[in-house]
Amino acid sequence: MTAVQHSSYMMIRYMRALARQPAWIFVTLVQPVIWLLLFGALFERTVDIPGFASDSYIEFLAPGVIVMTAFFSAGWSGMGMIQDYDRGILDRFLSSPVKRVALVAGPLMQNALVILVQSVIIVALALILGASFPNGVLGVLALIVISSILGAGFGALSNGLGLVFLKEDSLIATMVFLQLPLTFLSGAFMQEDLQPGWMQTVSDFNPVNWAIEAGRNVAMEDIDWTLVLTRTGLLIAFLIAAGVFATRVFRTYQRSI
Amino acid sequence: MANAIEATGLVKRYGEVQALDGLSFSVPEGVVFGLLGPNGAGKSTTVKILTTLSRANEGEARVGGHDVVADAEKVRHLIGVVAQKSGLDPEATGRENARLQGQIYGMVGRELEERIDELLARFGLADAGDRLVRGYSGGMQRRLDIALALVHRPRVLFMDEPTTGLDPEVRASMWQEISRLAREEGLTVLLTTHYMEEADELTSRLVILDRGRIVAEGTPEELKGELRGDAVHVELGKPEANGRVQKALDEVPGIREATVDGRLLHARADNGARAVPAVLQALESNAIEVAAVTVARPSLEDVYLRYAGRTFSEADTEKEDNR
Repeated sequence: MTAVQHSSYMMIRYMRALARQPAWIFVTLVQPVIWLLLFGALFERTVDIPGFASDSYIEFLAPGVIVMTAFFSAGWSGMGMIQDYDRGILDRFLSSPVKRVALVAGPLMQNALVILVQSVIIVALALILGASFPNGVLGVLALIVISSILGAGFGALSNGLGLVFLKEDSLIATMVFLQLPLTFLSGAFMQEDLQPGWMQTVSDFNPVNWAIEAGRNVAMEDIDWTLVLTRTGLLIAFLIAAGVFATRVFRTYQRSI
Repeated sequence: MANAIEATGLVKRYGEVQALDGLSFSVPEGVVFGLLGPNGAGKSTTVKILTTLSRANEGEARVGGHDVVADAEKVRHLIGVVAQKSGLDPEATGRENARLQGQIYGMVGRELEERIDELLARFGLADAGDRLVRGYSGGMQRRLDIALALVHRPRVLFMDEPTTGLDPEVRASMWQEISRLAREEGLTVLLTTHYMEEADELTSRLVILDRGRIVAEGTPEELKGELRGDAVHVELGKPEANGRVQKALDEVPGIREATVDGRLLHARADNGARAVPAVLQALESNAIEVAAVTVARPSLEDVYLRYAGRTFSEADTEKEDNR
């Protein structure tokens, strides 16, 4: 109970700091729109490839952009941890009775909130551009939940790495290194069975792809429960592993001070 | 009277560096206790261990009767911490910072808001409370740091170099505030400092730390009282070998404990004013040039020199790394 309370105090703190930055609000709201319009236009002719299942690229792309946006924004979550460390805030919290889990869960909850808003914007824009979401509101909700699990996993990983590096430059480099390759090694932009064989093999181990496969299926296609449940299960396992990693790092950090 | 803090045989190593080398001391309830020492002496490390932030490799410590490792959670509820480095969120207002701090300790609603009002007013931040901390001056941030540490009414307050980096005027008002805290709230305060005059002014009892060990312990008066006579400081024209200067001073009656570092000669004399002409004459007749002479009543600085075997500023610059 206290852990939930502490997490929400931390979430409010991060959310408030961001909400005070007009530039951040603007970019956060506009970024997903740009991805959808940009990639939508760039790869528009993809639907002409023989064997491509969908006849609307925007409809194919929308779930991918939702997952990608969640993945990208969660990756930066650790920046707040590094700032808190630099400013001495982290040490102040660690000598107080704050629940340790709240220090990671707080920023993740803040992240999930942002992901929710961004996803709604993408869905709205996709609808305007003529896409349809055949499985309705519930399908879209399930897609957003799956994206948020992925986001929470990468957010926890980012927080853990932030606390390992304690340097913003190192975290930025690592995230940039991961973000585009993991996005392209997934079915976000291109139907999987049209990708080279080795890419399909790699994407089987890519959490981003797990989220895209499960999310797209649950929102857009005839629901294949085996696919949805196995992929979601894998994502939850990934989240737990990342959470354990982040908590371990806290202990290591405390031993170093 | 029970002890608010008890430390026994604390040892802390950072890799090869031995930060604490078997530190033991106890702090009775309701006093302002000082840890005095140069940078790198182990003051911050001690505070980090006592505030459950860091763990000692050996030894144990109790705060308010609770073990800092086994009962860390209980200790955390009892203590307030003003770290050496300000721990404020610059993107939040003073009030928001204080509110979050109170919420962490389970305070809510009216009780919390009233406590925050009281503290903001008391630390001269009533008008600034709703502004972002980013715009605060160094002195304001420090005062807010202390206010935050007090929100939940702790019984033991740790202050790690609370006045370092503040200009003298702000420091003086901070001193007043700290002594008032101890007097009026019955708080036990553990204060670290590397300012001699701060320890002298504020603490009722102190230990002097050097290289992770305690080299002296007592009230400021006791410690100064152990030194007989006045301090004589002579600035030499050029650096001199220790032996040469000491040989010259051997002839002077009433001069003791003469040491030279570079161009500075420190010595003790039963009567400083009377010893000066004889010292000057002895140096001159040995062709040792003198640039300036001062005589001072014993200070904690002299106590440090006596027990640690080197001057305070020398030790301070020797180790910039401030753990």
